[in-house]
Amino acid sequence: MERLLPLFVLIPFLGFLISLLVPGRHESALSRIAYYSAGAQFFTLLAFGVLWLLQGAPLLNVKEIVIYRSDGYEFFIDLFFDRVTAVYLLVGSMLTFMITIYSRYYLHREDGYKRFFNTILFFFTGYSITVLSGNFETLFVGWEVLGISSFLLIAFYRDRYLPVKNAVKVFSIYRVGDVGLILAMWASHHLWHENITFMKLHNYELVHHQLASHSAIGIFISLAILVSAAAKSAQLPFSSWLPRAMEGPTPSSAIFYGSLSVHIGVFLLLRTFPFWEHQFVVRVLIAVVGLLTSLMASVTARVQSSVKAQIAYSSIAQIGLIFIEVAAGLELLALVHFAGNAFLRTYQLLVSPSVVTYLIREQFYHFKPREHSFEDTLPKRLEYTLYVLSLKEWNLDTFMYRLLWNPLKHLGRRLDVFNINRSLAVLVPLYLLGIVLLFYAQWSTPQVAHAIPIIAVFIALVLVLRAFTERKHVRRALAMVIMGHFWVVLAISFNEDFDLGHSLIYLSGVVGAGFFAVYAINALRRTERNVDLGRFHGHVYEHPRIALLFLLSALGLAGFPISPTFLGEDLIFSHIHPDQLVLASLVALSFVLNGLALVRIYARVFLGPHVKTYHEVAYRSA
Amino acid sequence: MDNSSVVTSLAVASGRRHGRPEFDEHAAFHHLKHLLPAQAPLKDFIHHNTLHAFQEDRFTDALHKAARLFGYKTTLTVHEYRRLFEQGRIRPEIIRRVLMERKGEAQVNDWTNRLLRKRYDSTIVPRIGTLRMHWKREHRIDLDALVHSTLFRVLNSYLDQGIAIWRFPVWDKGFLASIRELQRYAYTGFLHGKRATDLLMDETTTVGRLLDILVGEPALYEQYLFDQQFAHPGWSGLVSAIEENPAALLDNRRITLPELVTFELLLEIDALDRQFPKGWEPLAQGMRHRPQPLFAEVAYAEVDEVRSLWQEAFEWTYHDEALAGLSQNARRPEPPVLAVQALFCIDDRECSFRRHLERIHPGFRTYGTPGHFGVEFYYRPEHGKFNTKVCPAPITPKYLIKEVDKKSRAGKDVHFSQRTHGLVGGWLISQTLGFWSALKLFISIFKPSTGPGTTDSFQHMDQFSSLTVENSDPSDRDGGLQVGFTVAEMATRVDAVLKSIGLVRDFAPIVYVVGHGASSVNNPHYAAYDCGACSGRPGSVNARVFCQMAEHPKVRELLRAKGIDIPQETRFVSALHDTTRDEIVFYDEATLDAPLRALHARHMTVFRDALDLNAQERARRFEAIDQRDSAKEVHDQVRLRSVSLFEPRPELNHATNALCIVGRRELTRGLFLDRRSFLNSYDASIDPDGHYLQGILGAAAPVCGGINLEYFFSRMDNQKLGAGTKLPHNVMGLIGVANGVEGDLRPGLPNQMIEVHDPIRLLMVVEQLPDVVLATIQRVNATYQWFVNEWIHLVVVHPETKAIHRFRDGRFEPYEPLHGSIPRVLESMDVLLGSLENMPVTIIEHA
Repeated sequence: MERLLPLFVLIPFLGFLISLLVPGRHESALSRIAYYSAGAQFFTLLAFGVLWLLQGAPLLNVKEIVIYRSDGYEFFIDLFFDRVTAVYLLVGSMLTFMITIYSRYYLHREDGYKRFFNTILFFFTGYSITVLSGNFETLFVGWEVLGISSFLLIAFYRDRYLPVKNAVKVFSIYRVGDVGLILAMWASHHLWHENITFMKLHNYELVHHQLASHSAIGIFISLAILVSAAAKSAQLPFSSWLPRAMEGPTPSSAIFYGSLSVHIGVFLLLRTFPFWEHQFVVRVLIAVVGLLTSLMASVTARVQSSVKAQIAYSSIAQIGLIFIEVAAGLELLALVHFAGNAFLRTYQLLVSPSVVTYLIREQFYHFKPREHSFEDTLPKRLEYTLYVLSLKEWNLDTFMYRLLWNPLKHLGRRLDVFNINRSLAVLVPLYLLGIVLLFYAQWSTPQVAHAIPIIAVFIALVLVLRAFTERKHVRRALAMVIMGHFWVVLAISFNEDFDLGHSLIYLSGVVGAGFFAVYAINALRRTERNVDLGRFHGHVYEHPRIALLFLLSALGLAGFPISPTFLGEDLIFSHIHPDQLVLASLVALSFVLNGLALVRIYARVFLGPHVKTYHEVAYRSA
Repeated sequence: MDNSSVVTSLAVASGRRHGRPEFDEHAAFHHLKHLLPAQAPLKDFIHHNTLHAFQEDRFTDALHKAARLFGYKTTLTVHEYRRLFEQGRIRPEIIRRVLMERKGEAQVNDWTNRLLRKRYDSTIVPRIGTLRMHWKREHRIDLDALVHSTLFRVLNSYLDQGIAIWRFPVWDKGFLASIRELQRYAYTGFLHGKRATDLLMDETTTVGRLLDILVGEPALYEQYLFDQQFAHPGWSGLVSAIEENPAALLDNRRITLPELVTFELLLEIDALDRQFPKGWEPLAQGMRHRPQPLFAEVAYAEVDEVRSLWQEAFEWTYHDEALAGLSQNARRPEPPVLAVQALFCIDDRECSFRRHLERIHPGFRTYGTPGHFGVEFYYRPEHGKFNTKVCPAPITPKYLIKEVDKKSRAGKDVHFSQRTHGLVGGWLISQTLGFWSALKLFISIFKPSTGPGTTDSFQHMDQFSSLTVENSDPSDRDGGLQVGFTVAEMATRVDAVLKSIGLVRDFAPIVYVVGHGASSVNNPHYAAYDCGACSGRPGSVNARVFCQMAEHPKVRELLRAKGIDIPQETRFVSALHDTTRDEIVFYDEATLDAPLRALHARHMTVFRDALDLNAQERARRFEAIDQRDSAKEVHDQVRLRSVSLFEPRPELNHATNALCIVGRRELTRGLFLDRRSFLNSYDASIDPDGHYLQGILGAAAPVCGGINLEYFFSRMDNQKLGAGTKLPHNVMGLIGVANGVEGDLRPGLPNQMIEVHDPIRLLMVVEQLPDVVLATIQRVNATYQWFVNEWIHLVVVHPETKAIHRFRDGRFEPYEPLHGSIPRVLESMDVLLGSLENMPVTIIEHA
């Protein structure tokens, strides 16, 4: 049976690849590929599920491909199947199947018909990988695909300002989730001394034994997982991204943000439940996050006066309850609740335009001048305060802005003095010095040896930060991102079991992707004078091919699982010792910022309202 | 074109007021409201000229000015025109004639070259926003990003008609007063700083005072307000529309544009105070570049002239063809039998239906008149809590018609229920109903059917209910309205309609009066699909009221005195045609006596067959339907579309409209106009002095012109003047749509409604003598403006000789169509198979 598991990754992936090859004018072929893939997935799964149940629903695990192996390190793709996977995969393929048929007509004649179905299939691939993943590494592959396909779907209307702005915003929250996952992977690598499979987590003895002796690291991993899950499932304090993600065509909002994407955080919790099951504090914490979120979100839903925002907050509230159910160990209830909530919200979003007909008719026939809501019984001050707070979404959006963006922006602005041309004169010799030091490390004192990696990573971080806040020069920003990678490698190389091969794997991706990214920008600048990072330019309108090339290179550069850098990142982390939390956090932060910086460059140069106004351009507020 | 007309200007209303001599707040708001979009809330969507504010200018100047001032794309690009030329949709001989007329013979070759080959830059750099942009450029603060989201949220929550469960806690005091009250009692408000809060609390704060703080130079205030409000024209336009007509919201809210502006200015001051805690200077201080005044003169560039010449050639390519068709369409002998007469709305969607009826049953004689059938009133269905206006938007009726004895009620759907949004309710519902939703989704994809979320035109009035048409006691009033019409009032209205369409003798045993409406699902713009002459409602009530009036024995007596002798046995039967589903429902059939009922039954099969054919004809533009199936099968698929959640184009509404023909049916009978023409019946022989024509044009110019121009501008600039694609639309407060949850409202038509529309102005064709028409249109200035400023093209066709005269520069000149002979076919369906494109004007021999 295990041998069949890869099928559920291959079907959507194959669909995705084929859909890339079909020219955009073949609408019906494109949509057909999409719903055939989803339908094939669904019906195969049904048949598989029956067999599986007949065998008594065993836990299935298959170690698929070993991508890299060296002493004490193995990077492999692993698939796992249990009832959580079964439910998630079933709901996912069923909804994708129905939504793709729905969209076949709904998107008829829309610009980007092909792009839409490509992205849906890409998302579906990522979703399938995630829910089938048997270890953190595999999960992370799917996780990254979900993140980038979300970005692409929110920014589906890439010629308008708000979709692009919100896509970048949501992506940044997802990146926060990524840090959590990266750190969890790093810590668990050290906890188990291997890339642990989720199958093994079901081994109570093993988990109990390990955690008994490493309780701190256990808690750390659980917290990292919780941050990840909360970010992805729009729980506190991240909730405000969900309504803002409703920028794409209604069916894509329905399937992503009404149902599948937003329940992935819950999935992460369910998947790792055996790990934190016996950490009482963690369970309480998860329940508290869920409870606070559901209270906050259900009040917020009550005051929303736009349909989609109302559904978004109602869904968040239910997911909060699901968090509580998971924390309480009620896996089955959580799964039923997930499926019901996903179906309900999907359908509600799909019929949301009908709300005018329905409610106006209700109002016309049943209007009562003013209904008292129960809040009217509250003291006036409390009532008004609660109302205003809910209307402002408890300032969560501004809170995220201030917590995440503003410090980075301020820091970056301070670094404006840090001119790359001039600093090259310092950085290059410094880097060379670093390499020299590397080979004569035994000469330095332990304190120095300990400090050098931190300094190097710090420099990497400064570079990436500077790239993130650069307002003018695109290529300089790219150069800083690339240099940042080099400094990270240098930093890690100081750890004693440093392996030149690992660094080369890492840097090969960086150099290759970097080359193409710069090439794309150069190609763009041959025809466009107006290319900087101070605003959105929308150059994709005239240069879709260059935009695609740049997007792919940027993904490679950001360590997306199409480039060796992805493997390299994991390798690099395996060299950071468990006691180097600061180093690990700084490296993780630099990875995250680096992805953000690249997506920002892509968005600013290629997306948003076109700078040339010889054609229709929407209002910025539209 | 001489130099003086090359440069135009829009006068800036500027008054004097103590303190700020250069800023007159009242005048500034008046001016602002004039230019903002004028669209009412969704349920009252009525087509109107999007650029109504510019209607005092000549069309070409207006378009140019609107583009330069507000950045609207008001024409196609030169490139797009050239593509049309290559496709043969702009013809060389028409270009030549346009250039001869506009530039003189000597320059024709030179300008032809410019039109076809010269390179032009079509970039539009608007003036709007250039003043307020200085915040960003010189102070590095993005006020829109800091202010819009709060502003839109508060406005939407205040005006919300029923989405939110917990409504705006203070609602009956007016907008600013409500904000003030919230800010006073809540521990946290919408404003943070002390200064802004104090200004809010001070009821004497004026817009001028806030602008003193923000801008600091009165000469710039009005321009600042324009910049600010045109950064979100959707919300500003809606607030201004609600201020003008508070009844547009069933759940009343008081709000004015100055209140909105005051709140926004406060938010801006607050944002600046926050961003610059050490203080900041007003915008005018330290402004390095003075922006050009918004309404200063605009200059023409060559490219502007090239585009307007192209546009003219584009329009006349079709109009010339249509006129050639009219003059070549031989008048056919009167049908031998007179079996039935039927009145329809002038709506372009009825054009093909009428053709099919006449083809199937040669005894059918059809007439067109605005679909409110000359009766203006408010309608209140049984159990309804409100009155609904069902007549053209500019009319304010004094009458009320009530529905009684209703038999049906609308169903409920828990998916729209507020309980699903509660915490506990949601918990229960998602685990139970959630799975029901999956099933419903499955069914709605594979077997769509009508449900409580569907807009159904037949629900407007119950088929078997009764109406209070007659008023026998003038004191029978309800809410200031007279319930029903007196006999004399009825007679006046019936007389006016019948005379205006020329139906004054030879009445058939049954005269049908057919209103129209539309059905759709998942369509917030549903009101735009219904009858425009009924204020965006189905025309069933009006048709029925008209019939009951015409049936009334005392009314018939009075009519006889006015010269219309309707035989006693003639019956009027009302009906509603659903233009989306191509279905028809008849009212009060039971009152027909047996022989007539048999006759009616035979007619019903004619109607049904015609509807099948009509559906098949429409299906030409629906790619998903194979038009070659039998008419019945195609019709089934067309019906299915109207209830499919996933179908953003249930029907194409007025798309492709281009003509309005006012004349006898003989002029157009048998002419295939591809559903592009409004058809208003009119008989010049009984209206020698243009009395009835004046009424017709007074209604047709704004209604058809409004529809035509809304399509025109939504098509030209679907982003700024239209609503963009409807696929990401999110319903805001039941009053408008926006993209996502943070966007501004999007007035205008969505892309799905206009994508097949050719943006050309309406050609009004009147069958009457030029002198009579000239005298008629000059009588009412509002009507005259439409024609003399060329927002509608006007030609007259001589009732006997068919000679054509074109109205231009205030007089009629002879017009000779350039188009060669119009193609002829035997059957209309011969033209119709396959293509998605517009069809050429064709003469159908068997009609």
